[in-house]
Amino acid sequence: MSEASTSSTVVLCVNGTRHRLRLDHRTTVLDALREHLDLTGTKKGCDHGQCGACTVLLDGRRVNGCLVLAITTDGKQITTIEGLGTSGDLHPMQQVFVAQDALQCGYCTPGQVCSAVAMLQEVQQGWPSAVTADVADEAIKLDGTEIRERMSGNLCRCGAYANIVAAITEAAR
Amino acid sequence: MREFAYARPGHAEEAVRLVAAGDAAYLAGGTNLVDLMKLGVARPGLLVDITALGLDFIAAAPGDGLRVGAGTRNSDLAASPLVRLRYPVLAQAILAGASGQLRNVATVGGNLLQRTRCSYFQDVSKPCNKRSPGSGCPARTGEHHNLAILGASEHCIATHPSDMAVALSALDAVVRVREPDGERDIPLADFYLLPGDRPDRETALHPAALITAIDVPPLPFARRSAYRKVRERASYAFAVGSLAAAIDVADGVVRDVRLSFGALAPVPWRARLAEEALRGQPASPEAFRDAAARELAAARPLRDNAYKINLITAATEQVLCDLSGVTP
Repeated sequence: MSEASTSSTVVLCVNGTRHRLRLDHRTTVLDALREHLDLTGTKKGCDHGQCGACTVLLDGRRVNGCLVLAITTDGKQITTIEGLGTSGDLHPMQQVFVAQDALQCGYCTPGQVCSAVAMLQEVQQGWPSAVTADVADEAIKLDGTEIRERMSGNLCRCGAYANIVAAITEAAR
Repeated sequence: MREFAYARPGHAEEAVRLVAAGDAAYLAGGTNLVDLMKLGVARPGLLVDITALGLDFIAAAPGDGLRVGAGTRNSDLAASPLVRLRYPVLAQAILAGASGQLRNVATVGGNLLQRTRCSYFQDVSKPCNKRSPGSGCPARTGEHHNLAILGASEHCIATHPSDMAVALSALDAVVRVREPDGERDIPLADFYLLPGDRPDRETALHPAALITAIDVPPLPFARRSAYRKVRERASYAFAVGSLAAAIDVADGVVRDVRLSFGALAPVPWRARLAEEALRGQPASPEAFRDAAARELAAARPLRDNAYKINLITAATEQVLCDLSGVTP
């Protein structure tokens, strides 16, 4: 790769499919998904890492797609909402969001769902949060306070938070 | 955003050489840098990706200390059993910052070097002595309710935004760096510079310095330590005031104490006057409050940020009471 060039060829592995793309280095994961791969389930909200609408999984971890440059994800596994479930075969987290009416306009929902799926894995691994009473505890009790704190990187302007917490509580059972 | 070239070297020497050539920046997690590039505040012509340098590790160091690679993700450091047991203040400080998504990407080296969230600094249409030396500081008479009361100057009143650095300051951490002419260790106490008349200079680092690791020395009494962060909403916001504390109390007397304030100054503010005032004194709410007041005697608040004095005094009293089992 030439240092002087401002674009590069990148292999993005999205939802199990490899895509070889020539991308301007300024392209974020979010823009690569939406503008180059027509995967528009991932949403652009603030584009500054403040709202969480663009949350995707990068090698299984939740990240803000708007702040990760696509060039840095060469060879890594990206999972978007399209990779979690389809309209005929919803992911369990999508099913509880529907069952608990955890959305109104739905714009933040793909990010909420991706974030919640990865958040439950963090809890399973015993990661503490800012509201965990003793950070040395290995077992996390996932109550409403823990869910709110752990999901604070996903804003919902409709204010569906109460039902989002209910949905995630149900999914965690 | 300005166009830029990209390199991902496999050796630290090569990374430093590339950045030392000029018009370049290191890219680790990018959670702050990419945002600043979108805002036009940062305009590097080359990004040197440092994620292939083997800097992602957490290792026990001799004497129950810790060495943390600069490329370690914030979430991995906060989840580390060693950190949670030996330095709960550090785990709590990291967890108090940003969101789960950001902590999964942001690195500890980048956390130390993140830029102020002063709104004038982030808005290229406004003057700012830090971003554009000599252009002025509208914050002094403008929006400054969350800016500095300690250590500021007439040229700049920006605060340092990191939570983690406040804990590391209380723990006497040492920053290991590689510069074009070799490696050196910089105590965190000497790492950040007060603004004075050069607010554009924020650290003691060479412009091409690469942070490679952070050493946290042993501190047995840090097993009882805590980070308290006060902000304008319950989560996912920068502090208006914060503190990192560890205290060693025996028979009701303070044997030793560490105290550092965040969001009050352009640097993580190690409260050495307060620590000095407390050593050898009975552990009491009055003593804790008086110690905070002694540190804050140097505060020079502006029109809208004097509230921080009471806020941090009360928070100091609460946290130290809690840690030493004293009823407030």
